[in-house]
Amino acid sequence: MSAADSQATPEALILAKGLRKEYGDFTAVDGIDFRVNRSESFGFLGPNGAGKSTTMRIIAATLTRTSGEITILGKDPEISGPEIRAHLGVVPQQDNLDNALTVEDNLYVYGRYFGLSKKFIRNKIEELLAFAQLEEKRSVKVEALSGGMKRRLTIARALVSEPEILMLDEPTTGLDPQARHILWDRLFRLKEQGVTLLITTHYMDEAEQLCDRLMVMDKGKIMAEDSPAGLIKKYSTKEVLEVRFGADRNAQYADQLRGMCERIEVLPDRVLMYSHDCEALLHEVVSKGMHPTTSLVRRSSLEDVFLRLTGRSLVE
Amino acid sequence: MRESSAVAIAEKLKGRFGEGTYSRRARVILEHRRIAFRQGHWIVVLSGFVEPVLYLLSFGYGVGKLVGKIQVTPGHWVTYAQFIAPALLATSAMNGAIYDSTWNIFFRLKYDGTYKAMLATSLGPLDVALGEIGWALLRGLIYAVGFTAIVFPLGIMKGWYGLLAIPAAVVIAFGFASIGMLYTTFAKSIAQMDWVNVIMLPLFLFSGSLYPLSIYPQWLRVIIEALPLWHGIQIVRSLSLGIIQWSLLWHFAYFVAMIAIGLTLTTRRLRVLFMR
Repeated sequence: MSAADSQATPEALILAKGLRKEYGDFTAVDGIDFRVNRSESFGFLGPNGAGKSTTMRIIAATLTRTSGEITILGKDPEISGPEIRAHLGVVPQQDNLDNALTVEDNLYVYGRYFGLSKKFIRNKIEELLAFAQLEEKRSVKVEALSGGMKRRLTIARALVSEPEILMLDEPTTGLDPQARHILWDRLFRLKEQGVTLLITTHYMDEAEQLCDRLMVMDKGKIMAEDSPAGLIKKYSTKEVLEVRFGADRNAQYADQLRGMCERIEVLPDRVLMYSHDCEALLHEVVSKGMHPTTSLVRRSSLEDVFLRLTGRSLVE
Repeated sequence: MRESSAVAIAEKLKGRFGEGTYSRRARVILEHRRIAFRQGHWIVVLSGFVEPVLYLLSFGYGVGKLVGKIQVTPGHWVTYAQFIAPALLATSAMNGAIYDSTWNIFFRLKYDGTYKAMLATSLGPLDVALGEIGWALLRGLIYAVGFTAIVFPLGIMKGWYGLLAIPAAVVIAFGFASIGMLYTTFAKSIAQMDWVNVIMLPLFLFSGSLYPLSIYPQWLRVIIEALPLWHGIQIVRSLSLGIIQWSLLWHFAYFVAMIAIGLTLTTRRLRVLFMR
């Protein structure tokens, strides 16, 4: 259940209006508006270079905006940087733990950065090690940890100051499937505890799993914003038929296929056909004398939404 | 959710001078470095400390036998060992401060993401600059204290006020560490860091450490007198030989300027690199 549909006017933790970031001639974030409510899990979905991380850094008060307005808990990051950063837990795209320190000491020194007392941090460490499932690794140096463990430690570290908003930039990029699922499980727990999550990802399964509400971004702009199910409903059909005829013939059949369903997308290796009844559609394709080498009927995903909105694939 | 104490701590600084730049917690960086050091390698630190002692033995007693006495001020003659020991102490302070503020900081800056992590918290860039420079300074101080501990009992330094050389070494190390970190924030590659080593040896050899500047032609003297190590050597030499002159103030002023410029610009660079 998301905060957005449980109350009439949920409390806004982050409000952005016309937010813009330029680097010389390049516009990384192109005047976007958005709102993140308390206790919701809000995702920025888009390919690399869409402006997700730039937006995250502006929120985290570690990057100045070119123009527009943004407030985090009612504060402007350019005026109240340290205060805002004290409210946030930041999990960067690349782990920046201190490899020469033990797991426990990494948590300790990070807590000290916030000015927290030694006693407070010592108690907090026990809780965080249990949460990150790293109790047995407490005295191990970080350099000896696996990628998944490092990620969990980075998340635990971000929680040492008891932040209201946890920001995760591509949290599972580079992790194996098992490590990803462990991480998702941990993030779910935080969500249940009411921590507001802000996630960037270019993995649609991650966005579907973790986010109550998604903002699809491309080239610095917002393409759409809704719940994952809402986006699929709005921008795609219930089902998708994927057919492959071989690289040369995919384009050749495209015109004929186009007339048979709501919409098609011709990709280099396959054709996607959008319809609410794809089994029937497949029969029709075959009955017209076209015999795909392989075919697959599946439910629409955020990948289809993205393709529809931008004409491009999320992971390239 | 209850307001975390991290927020309350940050809010206390609201409206105070330097808010957003300095959270008055440089000490936590020192604490971090101390913890990392405890788990690291002492031998690396010791190696830097042994070097000046070897110089003193080789030059002070070897070359010293050939040279005889040296006149430092009109009518004031000292042994060669007494002449070079203060220079070696000043150089130790420089070396310790530079090793730590250049190479070590370079890796933290470039590869470990250390400062990115620090500046994502409620710390400000001046906390980071002051903490890191402070730690580098400590290494310079350790070298200076170690060197003094060996030299003082040998009677090379004159009287107890020779111990003033230690606080002087702090100032010298602070100056070099500030400029060292500033340089490092501009370095893009390891090759640029190698320049530090290229500069340090001649700086030591030609800054009036092993012989008085009076043997140089005027133009070369002017250049050397503009360089920081010469000022550092003058401070330590004056104090350890008990020559208290007004010119000491000028030498100190040189280091105060180094510290001020180094700290201010390093803080600005950290902001540009990680918060812009």
